[in-house]
Amino acid sequence: MPSPIDTTLRSATISVLVENEAGVLARVIGLFSGRGYNIDSLTVAPVEDGRNRSRINIVTSGTEMVIEQIKAQLDRLVPVHRVADLTLEGPHIAREMALIKVIATGNNRAESLRLADAFRARVVDATTESFVFEMTGSTDKLDAFVELMRPLGLAEVSRTGVAAIARGARII
Amino acid sequence: MTETKMSSGTAQTPIGDTELQAGAEVLLRALKDQGVEVIFGYPGGAVLPIYDAIFQQNAIRHILVRHEQAAVHAAEGYARSTGRVGVVLVTSGPGATNAVTGLVDALMDSIPVVCLTGQVPTHLIGNDAFQEADTTGITRPATKHNYLVKKSEDLARVVHEAFYVARSGRPGPVVIDLPKDILIGKAPYQAPPSAAHRSYRPQTEPDAGQIAKAVALLKSAKRPVIYTGGGVINAGTAASAALAAFVRKTGFPCTSTLMGLGAYPANDPQFLGMLGMHGTYEANLTMHGCDVMLNVGARFDDRVTGRLNAFSPGSHKIHIDIDPSSINKNVPVEVPIVADAGRALQALLAAWDADPTPVDRPAIAAWWKQIDGWRAIQCLRFTQDMTKGAIIKPQYAIQRLYDITRDLGREIFISTEVGQHQMWAAQYFRFDHPNHWMTSGGLGTMGYGLPSAMGVQVAHPDALVIDIAGEASILMNIQEMSTLAQYRLPVKVFILNNQYMGMVRQWQELLHGSRYSESYTAALPDFVKLADSFHGVGLRATSVDQLDDVIREMIALDRPVIADICVDQTENCFPMIPSGAAHNEMILGAEHGGNLQAGGAAGLTDEGLVLV
Ligand SMILES: Cc1ncc(C[n+]2csc(CCOP(=O)(O)OP(=O)(O)O)c2C)c(N)n1
Ligand SMILES: [Mg+2]
Repeated sequence: MPSPIDTTLRSATISVLVENEAGVLARVIGLFSGRGYNIDSLTVAPVEDGRNRSRINIVTSGTEMVIEQIKAQLDRLVPVHRVADLTLEGPHIAREMALIKVIATGNNRAESLRLADAFRARVVDATTESFVFEMTGSTDKLDAFVELMRPLGLAEVSRTGVAAIARGARII
Repeated sequence: MTETKMSSGTAQTPIGDTELQAGAEVLLRALKDQGVEVIFGYPGGAVLPIYDAIFQQNAIRHILVRHEQAAVHAAEGYARSTGRVGVVLVTSGPGATNAVTGLVDALMDSIPVVCLTGQVPTHLIGNDAFQEADTTGITRPATKHNYLVKKSEDLARVVHEAFYVARSGRPGPVVIDLPKDILIGKAPYQAPPSAAHRSYRPQTEPDAGQIAKAVALLKSAKRPVIYTGGGVINAGTAASAALAAFVRKTGFPCTSTLMGLGAYPANDPQFLGMLGMHGTYEANLTMHGCDVMLNVGARFDDRVTGRLNAFSPGSHKIHIDIDPSSINKNVPVEVPIVADAGRALQALLAAWDADPTPVDRPAIAAWWKQIDGWRAIQCLRFTQDMTKGAIIKPQYAIQRLYDITRDLGREIFISTEVGQHQMWAAQYFRFDHPNHWMTSGGLGTMGYGLPSAMGVQVAHPDALVIDIAGEASILMNIQEMSTLAQYRLPVKVFILNNQYMGMVRQWQELLHGSRYSESYTAALPDFVKLADSFHGVGLRATSVDQLDDVIREMIALDRPVIADICVDQTENCFPMIPSGAAHNEMILGAEHGGNLQAGGAAGLTDEGLVLV
């Protein structure tokens, strides 16, 4: 008999190569909202390979059946060239960038700077009462840094969402 | 977009045409090159340039409907009865929004339609201009794909691409939004491209390894079933022929969804009738008890599966679908086959012969014996009082319509509205050929039947086209009687008039303590007079002795007819699997001792109550 439906959730990083045409992002987002799928992160930008294409990176989560469904639904959109599940297809790199503003003086200010150094965050703006740190890394690393800044005077966070690519010579 | 034929400039396009014409003329030329013969439409300010171009040519016929929703349903009827793409033309704003229901209907039932919508000129888009609507925004989830043409040089390419998208893979509706300045301005023409589409290339050929797996599984079956759907119809008549050949070769039982009726001949002894919520006892119990299920072009819809965790619990499942997203969506299957249904069936036929493994004949014979036992229940049996003046049972009306029309030797197409009459039509009218049954399955759109029949009649002027209707549904697009008169389309509207929204009343009786809230229609029109005022003929049967005469008279008339068949108001449609119940928790009708349960467990549950 077929195995019972697997109900464990997993996270998936999906890269979608699309024709760069009007409405394509709305189509992808509408698909997720219309069918009740999660979007944990979404990034989109043209990828200049002379062919008028954009790459959308989506981090989502669901049961195995739902994730397969998401990929199949994406793949049947007319302007979609290719859908790749980076999580399944082998090792991959996923990075995002964050700009993190901390408003603090005295000890807290010094501590935030020390931690930033330990996390390899760069100071891209500073006043006597504030820092803006720029940091690139995995989502987890960014989350951890933001949490550490919270008691030290975290004021504002701006994140790009995840860009991802397969390791090695594989391309999507 | 630098690739060959998809390029937008005329200069580097070998098949292009450097001569510039008005956009509206380019549009019509592209339609003609796509083989379009008929457009169903309704004019307005934004599409006047197209109407002007239509006026000045004879190749494409325009049918003026009375409501844009009807234009789309007519195009659906045209498409489904011919296998071609149906074409719609509506104006901007309200014209486009009126078409939305039809578009979703076509999306849900995978019907190829191209809908041209007018739009305000490009420089006014976004300004809340008169009759502006965000048509591509509104129709994005209502279509398979949509386009807004912003540059004249894209026009011809987009039209060709829209037809390709509408008819390829899993077919569906495509909208092309056309700003008025694009229609007026000069545009270059391009012939249909010969190169493959840059991103949309659905797989149609089955994987040989998967076909071999399917055959091995089917040959090992002791209790097999073949479950077919609308995908077989969409794959063309050759697919239906291959299905029939495969079913006969295997000797296996075959059942069909609502949308698939006609793909396998209903009068064949291997056919178990329709399955699902109002399917036959034998079809549903065969699905429940099978050990190997072959699904061809159906999508495990909730009307078919009932409660998912109780759906055919002991079976190995094979699923053939051209849309990969239909596979493993609701029901996990072991052997997925992404392919055109016809190609897959042909591959199965060849692989079946090539595989020397014999089928387990004694087991299959025992399976048929069990199925024949279920058949012996005669779940569709009803009793019609034949004394003069007796009230007509709706089932009897359909049965007589079928018996009388089948002997005519004419080609017969049936469309329906939505409700009990639709289910009775599916149960009692037996379809032996594909493309002769038009019904709104996925969306369940009341008002679908009359315009759809209109589209069928346009495509098949000599055929007998009958809309089996309910008195509530027919009022949703009744204005199309006027279109029928204008174009002398002799569509027959056969109303099973129970004065109730019967299907609503049935659910209220079974699930809401017989509190018939708002399901009775007071002040119905006199349908005979209504037919007359629309230049048609009205007929009425109020008792069983009048029925045959009314049917015969209706058929004999070469004009639009409304036959008002006054039927038993209390009749319910059985068998029924209540929402949220399992196939073996079917309710049978009063003929079988009232709410007789097939399985034993109560079908009506609190969880089921929240389901539609
Ligand atoms: C546009 C639309 N509105 C509402 C419904 C819900 N609905 C389904 S069947 C039905 C009653 C149909 O009544 P009638 O046409 O008289 O058919 P009967 O069931 O009596 O045969 C209704 C209201 C629907 N399917 N479509
Ligand atoms: Mg009714």
